[in-house]
Amino acid sequence: MGVDRRKFLTIAGLTTLTALGKKASSVLPGNEDSSAVFDPMQPVSTEGKRYALVIDIRKCLKGEGCHDCIDACHLTHNVPDFGNPKDEIKWIWKEHYEEAFPKQEHPFTDKGLKEAPVLVLCNHCDNPPCVRVCPTQSTWKRDDGVVMMDMHRCIGCRYCVAACPYGSRSFNWRDPRPFIKDVNAEYPTRTRGVVEKCNLCAERLAVGKIPACVEACKHGALFFGDLEDPESEVRELLGSRYAIRRKPDLGTSPQVYYLV
Amino acid sequence: MLEKALVGDKRYYGWMAFLLVVIGVGFLFYLKQLGYGLGVTGLSRDVTWGFYIAQFTFLVGVAASAVMVVLPYYLHNFKAFGKLTILGEFVAVSSVIMCMLFIFVDMGQPFRILNTILHPTPNSLMFFDMLVLGGYLFLNALISRVTLDAERKEIAPPKWIKPIIIISIPWAISIHTVTAFLYSGLAARSFWMTAVLAPRFLASAFASGPALLILICFLIRKFTRFDAGREPIRKLSIIVTYAMCVNVFLILMELFTAFYSNIPEHMHHFEYLFVGLEGHTTLVPWMWASSILAIVSLIFLLVPKFRNNEKILIIACITVFVSIWIDKGLGMVVTGFVPSPFGAVTEYWPTWTEFFISMGVYALGAFLVTVFYKITLSVREEHAPDMDVKPEVASAESN
Amino acid sequence: MYDTGKIIIGIIIFLVLFTSPFWYGPATGSSGDMPDPIIHTKDMPGKDACVMPGEYMRASHMDLLNTWRNDVVRDGHRIYTDPDGKKYYRSLSNTCMDCHPNKSTFCDRCHDYMGVGQPDCWDCHVEPKEDI
Repeated sequence: MGVDRRKFLTIAGLTTLTALGKKASSVLPGNEDSSAVFDPMQPVSTEGKRYALVIDIRKCLKGEGCHDCIDACHLTHNVPDFGNPKDEIKWIWKEHYEEAFPKQEHPFTDKGLKEAPVLVLCNHCDNPPCVRVCPTQSTWKRDDGVVMMDMHRCIGCRYCVAACPYGSRSFNWRDPRPFIKDVNAEYPTRTRGVVEKCNLCAERLAVGKIPACVEACKHGALFFGDLEDPESEVRELLGSRYAIRRKPDLGTSPQVYYLV
Repeated sequence: MLEKALVGDKRYYGWMAFLLVVIGVGFLFYLKQLGYGLGVTGLSRDVTWGFYIAQFTFLVGVAASAVMVVLPYYLHNFKAFGKLTILGEFVAVSSVIMCMLFIFVDMGQPFRILNTILHPTPNSLMFFDMLVLGGYLFLNALISRVTLDAERKEIAPPKWIKPIIIISIPWAISIHTVTAFLYSGLAARSFWMTAVLAPRFLASAFASGPALLILICFLIRKFTRFDAGREPIRKLSIIVTYAMCVNVFLILMELFTAFYSNIPEHMHHFEYLFVGLEGHTTLVPWMWASSILAIVSLIFLLVPKFRNNEKILIIACITVFVSIWIDKGLGMVVTGFVPSPFGAVTEYWPTWTEFFISMGVYALGAFLVTVFYKITLSVREEHAPDMDVKPEVASAESN
Repeated sequence: MYDTGKIIIGIIIFLVLFTSPFWYGPATGSSGDMPDPIIHTKDMPGKDACVMPGEYMRASHMDLLNTWRNDVVRDGHRIYTDPDGKKYYRSLSNTCMDCHPNKSTFCDRCHDYMGVGQPDCWDCHVEPKEDI
């Protein structure tokens, strides 16, 4: 006998596990194995959730010149790079602290902080002025807090761009397709004449993933979670550290918190 | 009655041909914009509304100003305006059509505009603006059609038109108020977020609109045999005077609030307009021109000797119109975006494409006004030959 | 009636032009038979049917897509259960074009013939790379 019983069982066991594992992994979306039959998929429930983002400014500062989150976002969502500020489209980017928080600095603000690059993006406000003004409901607030965009319905009037106090929204002044370096085939591009902005990776949240920027951050500066869950990381951070928000006096109740 | 617009003298055909050429050129440039996108304009990520929306804002004011002749005549029986009401209403119809065209050319996806009707959104001022403008267009088109038809038949207009005319009076106020609300409800733009914006819009509308009407009356007198008469012109000029006074007063109120409070956010906008901000001074000469023209116009309007002198009145009306056009059509919209939410100053100036498209829309409005007036004056010539005739023509004809 | 001759001629010209979509094709022989879309079964191992039966898809695939669009974008319901209970993700690029990546012989064939041209889905939704 070449193979004894123990070896036989080990090999058989390992083979079975490998086969099962391959089958299980094929259920995950984005998997190349198109022969997989979709298992009963559980839609990710957002019942009673209230998503928010927490950004640790100091930790982000540690990554000098790092823009992994911006790259991840813009790559995943086919955000074009026109190379000029007139046509520019950006979903997440950096501004100096003194420009992001114009009313929360003074002449003696620590210089390191004053000129610190701070990540800015759509704040997914609780009381979004952009939603209030959209004449076609092409932008609306979901129950879980995400302020969504429907590019199919947008008429390109740019009222929302005028109404946003944070400058978070961009308009497609021209056809973006030629300016997208690597097209992500799993996510659509946009066309000329519609407004776009950060969508809090709604398509990723729907399959249980976290936003691309949060996942890409290698300095641990970005946190994402559910504010309705008192045990969540975001709630713990907000309960233990001092956090500010952009332009809080305008009544928009932004849901991106910055730990100073 | 439309056939009356198809006949005229050489001057008439020449004018209409010129307008059609301008409209055609504008249309071709619009096709270019459709193909490329709104990037053909001077707009940018920071300044997203510009020349088109500014023209729309200005023209809503001109459209609303028809109420300044309608109200005295229908509510207070001020007979002198009797022959002018229809002229004011036709200006209103053309202005509203131009407004809608300016909005159309400003849309990123113009062929989706019916989404505003398919998905009504009462909380959006733009939805209401569409409703009130559409309603105003319908009201004025109906009123002018019915009253002109009555003139043609040489009878009094039907009784049911009177309540519709009365409704058009508060409706006129509402169109410009709603347009002001588009801007004045936005917390994001501190230049626009002032309670005085709607009153200022109305005051400037009631100054620029009647001023335009006065100029039109003089033009009609030059090119046809019709004369509006001294009394209507005088009364209109008094309306322009009061409205311009209120307009300038409100502007001064804004300047006081901004600079006495010393709040940087509020001051920055006026600094940008009058002295420049961070070295950006594109609008500065324009705003000073507008201010000087406003003062000059007030001098000419407030002094009765000047106001009652026709030549000086014409200059006064032109200065009022140009001053308010600069204020609303250049200064108001762009300054809302300067500085940006991040304090950056991005300037804006319309491109040639924007200019030609806008001229095309204006030419279409002028074309419509010409058609309407040609019909009206032809009808009057046929059915009321003694109405509004220039004294020298009347005496020549009676000899 | 004045100018009877001119008016009758005008009416005839109008009728001819107005009915041209009906007689032009057969008259010039340029329309031919409507082509069938080509379904490459090699791209769909393990899948033997579409999300809906073929006759339904032929007639109403645009309705399905419009419904899916609103379901996904506006209501957040990404999972579709077909009449047989199988589940799919509602996605033009990732589900439909997964089985039918040959856009030019599947989609364009009929769309070009019908003159519906390029529906503007493809302005935004990414076309699959074809390798026929």
